[in-house]
Amino acid sequence: MTLIETVENPFKPKAARIVRHYDLIKDHRFFQIRHIDMAKAMSFSYNPGQFIMLSIPGVGECPFSISSTPSRPGILELGVRRVGKLTESLFQKRDNEVVYIRGPYGNGFKLDKMVDKDLIIVAGGLGVIPLRSILYYALDNRDQFKRVFFLYGARTPNEFLFKTEFFQLKNRKDIECLYTVDKSDAEWPHATGVVTKLFKNLPEIDPSETTAVVVGPPVMYKFVIDEFLKLKIPKNLIQLSLERRMKCGIGKCGHCAIEHLYTCMDGPVFTYWDTLHFRELI
Amino acid sequence: MQSKFLDVFLESLNKFGNLYGPTYKNKVLSYDRLANISDLVLTDEHPMIPIKKLFHPMKFTMLHFNEMGFTPDYSTIEKRVILGVHPCEIHSLLILDSVFMREPMDPYYAQLRQNSAIIGFSCLPTENSLCFSTDTDIVEEGFDLFFVNLGEYFLVWVGSSLGHDMIYEREEFFDKNVTHDDIQEYVEWRQKKNKMFKKSFEFDSMPDIMELSYESEIWEEFAKICLSCGQCSMVCPTCNCYSVTDVFDVTNEQIGRRDRNWDSCMYVDYSLVAGGHNFRASRGNRLKLWYGHKLKTFGKDYGRPGCVGCGRCVDSCPVDINVLTISEALTTKEVPEK
Repeated sequence: MTLIETVENPFKPKAARIVRHYDLIKDHRFFQIRHIDMAKAMSFSYNPGQFIMLSIPGVGECPFSISSTPSRPGILELGVRRVGKLTESLFQKRDNEVVYIRGPYGNGFKLDKMVDKDLIIVAGGLGVIPLRSILYYALDNRDQFKRVFFLYGARTPNEFLFKTEFFQLKNRKDIECLYTVDKSDAEWPHATGVVTKLFKNLPEIDPSETTAVVVGPPVMYKFVIDEFLKLKIPKNLIQLSLERRMKCGIGKCGHCAIEHLYTCMDGPVFTYWDTLHFRELI
Repeated sequence: MQSKFLDVFLESLNKFGNLYGPTYKNKVLSYDRLANISDLVLTDEHPMIPIKKLFHPMKFTMLHFNEMGFTPDYSTIEKRVILGVHPCEIHSLLILDSVFMREPMDPYYAQLRQNSAIIGFSCLPTENSLCFSTDTDIVEEGFDLFFVNLGEYFLVWVGSSLGHDMIYEREEFFDKNVTHDDIQEYVEWRQKKNKMFKKSFEFDSMPDIMELSYESEIWEEFAKICLSCGQCSMVCPTCNCYSVTDVFDVTNEQIGRRDRNWDSCMYVDYSLVAGGHNFRASRGNRLKLWYGHKLKTFGKDYGRPGCVGCGRCVDSCPVDINVLTISEALTTKEVPEK
């Protein structure tokens, strides 16, 4: 057949090398990957909050949040929980082995609404993986934001991700980091209790000069959003990122539909105002 | 064009591609490759599986993989002329276009579409036709040629440059003069057709009714009887969901293929994510999603709801859940007795 072989096939993933990996906690691994094609690696641009589709041939393809910041180009970072067939196979991979990726997909956080304002980042559990992108983006472009607050809650000290990195951030004067675990142990140096308890430690907020982002398990959203609302942050300036099953990433396969929206194209970042119109969003 | 020329003309179209159309396969009317023009079945009945199967095949290989990576497989793409396509089917393709041709384009669907000519044919309403309600009984675009059967002759609409070329090939069959009598006959045919519909529903007000009925207990009533069999998705011309599966070649652990196959939001694992959270574990929520897409909204930028009124869900659902019973129940608040 005479075919348009030159047509860019958006489903064709490109080879990327695992350049480094280490375990964050049990069954949670950090991967740094880089497109084998160096030009592609350097030109791969994305927004905090976007995701990629990662393939292992013969096993399948799944969406993963990008955990690195576009302000540090070349290498993509992922935080992966061993939870299914594909991640099990990914955990068998060693450094220098090849995986296949395509993307970036989704809208990402609405940076234009966030600059020149205070930023409150609230992470619960694995939600910290996508939020690490906007966190470092804000720190790398520190002059674009006013005060930055980073609130992170995990279940136990052993489930606290990026411990070394985030504990070091505490030393910085230009960001306020508040950490908590639901159940602490003797060595845990920070707060104990659910993440919403950290809000009382925040200084006075001017709601007209503040934006907020939250990512966490579905059950957490309501409680955190209630706290934002108590601070009187406008509903359209509260952003959250949603998880859905996806097979394509580009608005074709239908799986991530929320009423008439596709999480992969219209999301995964939505404002709380958006979610008010959709009854099955969270 | 006089009816006696029809077969000769349609056969001559093989110059433009392989001929496809409704034909009987194991006694089931189905869109398929036509070995002979005599195999073509022009009838008011719809093929059981809609025309989407020719553009969004039930199962096909998207990519092959080996140690070197992934390579697209475009082997399903060929020049085709698809005959006997009813108006609702043409409308369904226009709706699927808005999904698959939206950037980034699906290269498989797009190339199948770009290499296929659509030769539409008029039809008269059958038992469960609802296209008058959904405003899809007439087509204005989406075809290369469209034949309206007026008995002795066909009124032929030309919808594209390719369609014009097709006519030009056999100019001798066509009479360019449209007389007052012809127009009169066409008007009468439309009036006759419009009166033949046995069933109708309030398609235009359904988006509002759906919006207001989100919490309605009616959904639970339907959820109790739904079998989650997914038949509605298979027969619906605008259901486009699919799943993707990797398959190794039998003898090899390096080489294999990535297949696409139809999926349905009626299946329980449709919205299941890793870790076990299911965003739509309840059947009622899955029904709401399905009917939301058909009767309320279909994609942020896709315009009209997805239902094209073909009536296949009315024909097919083993427990009588369909656009008619749903819209009736939401309007009257009573689940119709079987």
